[in-house]
Amino acid sequence: MKYIDEFRDGDLAQKIAANIASEADPRRNYHLMEFCGGHTHAISRYGIVDLLPDNVHMIHGPGCPVCVLPVGRVENAIQLARIPGLILCSYGDMLRIPTANGMSLLRAKAQSADVRMVYSSADAVKIAQENPQHQVVFFAIGFETTTPPTAVAIKQAQALGLNNFTVFCNHVLTPSAISHILQSPEVRQLGLVPLDGFIGPAHVSTVIGSQPYEYFAEEFQKPVVIAGFEPLDVMQAILMLIRQINEGRAEVENEFTRAVLPTGNIKAQLLVAEVFELRRTFEWRGLGLVPYSALKIKSDYADFDAEQRFQIPVVSIADNKACECGAILRGVKQPQDCKIFGTACTPENPIGSCMVSSEGACAAYYSYGRFREKPHATMKEN
Amino acid sequence: MSSAGKIRPGYTRSLDLKNGCVEMAHGSGGRAMAQLIDQLFLAAFDNEFLRKMNDQACFQSFNGRMVMSTDSHVVTPLFFPGGNIGSLSVHGTINDIAMSGAKPCYLAASFILEEGFPLADLKRIVDSMAQAAQAAQVPIVTGDTKVVEKGSGDGVFITTTGIGTVPDGINISGENARPGDKILVSGTLGDHGIAILSLRENLSFHTSIQSDTAALHDLVACMIAVAPNIHVLRDPTRGGIATTLNEIALQSSVGMMLYENKLPIREPVSAACEFLGLDPLYIANEGKLVAICAPADAGKLLRAMQVHPLGENAALIGEVIEDTHCFVQMQTRFGGKRVVDWLSGEQLPRIC
Repeated sequence: MKYIDEFRDGDLAQKIAANIASEADPRRNYHLMEFCGGHTHAISRYGIVDLLPDNVHMIHGPGCPVCVLPVGRVENAIQLARIPGLILCSYGDMLRIPTANGMSLLRAKAQSADVRMVYSSADAVKIAQENPQHQVVFFAIGFETTTPPTAVAIKQAQALGLNNFTVFCNHVLTPSAISHILQSPEVRQLGLVPLDGFIGPAHVSTVIGSQPYEYFAEEFQKPVVIAGFEPLDVMQAILMLIRQINEGRAEVENEFTRAVLPTGNIKAQLLVAEVFELRRTFEWRGLGLVPYSALKIKSDYADFDAEQRFQIPVVSIADNKACECGAILRGVKQPQDCKIFGTACTPENPIGSCMVSSEGACAAYYSYGRFREKPHATMKEN
Repeated sequence: MSSAGKIRPGYTRSLDLKNGCVEMAHGSGGRAMAQLIDQLFLAAFDNEFLRKMNDQACFQSFNGRMVMSTDSHVVTPLFFPGGNIGSLSVHGTINDIAMSGAKPCYLAASFILEEGFPLADLKRIVDSMAQAAQAAQVPIVTGDTKVVEKGSGDGVFITTTGIGTVPDGINISGENARPGDKILVSGTLGDHGIAILSLRENLSFHTSIQSDTAALHDLVACMIAVAPNIHVLRDPTRGGIATTLNEIALQSSVGMMLYENKLPIREPVSAACEFLGLDPLYIANEGKLVAICAPADAGKLLRAMQVHPLGENAALIGEVIEDTHCFVQMQTRFGGKRVVDWLSGEQLPRIC
């Protein structure tokens, strides 16, 4: 397939793998975090770890939008869905996230709540148009990539004069999460999470550009290479990070030049700025409260804000005690370090959110990689 | 209105197959039902067994082993590129029987109709079943019709049941895969599922892909003729080839290794999967089979498949290996390895 096969070429992968092997210094370890779940998925799906030397370790970051959403917000969505006559729309993976009591939007649907899976925010607007007698709530989640489409949906609903469409906004921001990880005691003081560099987000960066990463490359002296989601992109980014680390550089480099501009997509940014504003703080699963890390709908668009219309309470629900999702999302632990990984917690019966989305580290390990009896990279090596 | 002892009910007017629709009376056992059976089902499926108008078909018993299988069909939408629920319901059960190496002999068909369903659509479905059954030379010899109230069904549900006879010396079963065996597939993967997905509400996209729905018993007969010792045959329907191979791996207590670069997948199917965030290995097929055989049989079996019209894109896609975990793995085109797991839940699209 044109424009796809070129980025999955096995021969080219072997060449990059040979370069990585020859340039990686055998006297040291390289700990590289891929922030995005899309990269985690690509690494697992294409077996990229098989092509890396033993001293290059991939640490999976918190960039899976389904995984970082706190259980309390899912509980809020379930309560909304149970309002008689209300139609709740969301993206596929969201429907499967279990709450503390094992409930999920899919189970609520089975118990007669009107929950609909949509592929785009525009579908939710269409459902609102077609069902004027019903309240329609779009359960919006995701990083900077999915935020502009939500803004478009709100603007569309306004233009159409829809008074039955609202958005339950859960959009979060990538740079604040990366800063939060780098500032955490586990990274800064305790050295529990050795981090030598970042593979920067692909789709998120098409919107926000490469400039927002300059701050932590400079402040924390960590190299960042923005990479596409194809496996060759990931391989090339790993090579570029190793070169920066070997040369003592900490710069923002862009491997994904075919899609990412330094300034990003200005039009999308303006649209987001028009409709949304920063929340003072927002809870992330695994990271806790992260200041200025999420967006809410501006008061100008309050008519389309489900939090205004339905008085949604703040609910904080602790993760299952046995679940290590939090530590996994912070890069402190690997999926196999969790006692319930693959036993009590499986994709059929996920206990933690990392097992729900195919971009979650646990689901990716379980579905693609569990034939590796010994984990390739563990935190205990340092 | 009687002739030769048969009573033909005097219908007040003929069934309106153009503008009429299914009514509760069509399932009530009265004259309306008799008319529906007579003018629609009997007219289309016509054969000596149905003509007797009994509640069962009576036929001579066979010598040797027989197989029996049943399959319910609830596909949405009912009509799709390359077929409809009618042809699908005939092919589905024929294939389940054929995967034992058996020759399918007779089918039974049971309909659950929703009140209000257009009779014109029902006629298209029934005609397509009749054509499929005739082309396969497997008659529909008995059946049943029920009508449910509007809102209690989804237009039409069809259950077909079939019986067939297994030739002597043929022993094909999911537990027979052995380490070293070769894994073959009869053609391109994922066509049916993508054809259906392209029509789903809120997903409509344009594709040239047609459902591959087809009866595979003739292909199987040709395969058995050259390689009677085929170990396993199965049609990878729901859950796709990934699910089918995981089932077989577990039944046979073996592992499997697939080669991604050998998988026959049409480009439009790959492209649709790419933008929907789906994996073609988990997409349903309705006219494909997986065959597992000893290495010595693989070459001739593959050639026999490729000369058959339903196997021209057949390929050798992997081999059976020893593995106490019973994992299905894949050597990726990229040079790594990964597990090809069971499908968990419904295959939902990824978010970003």
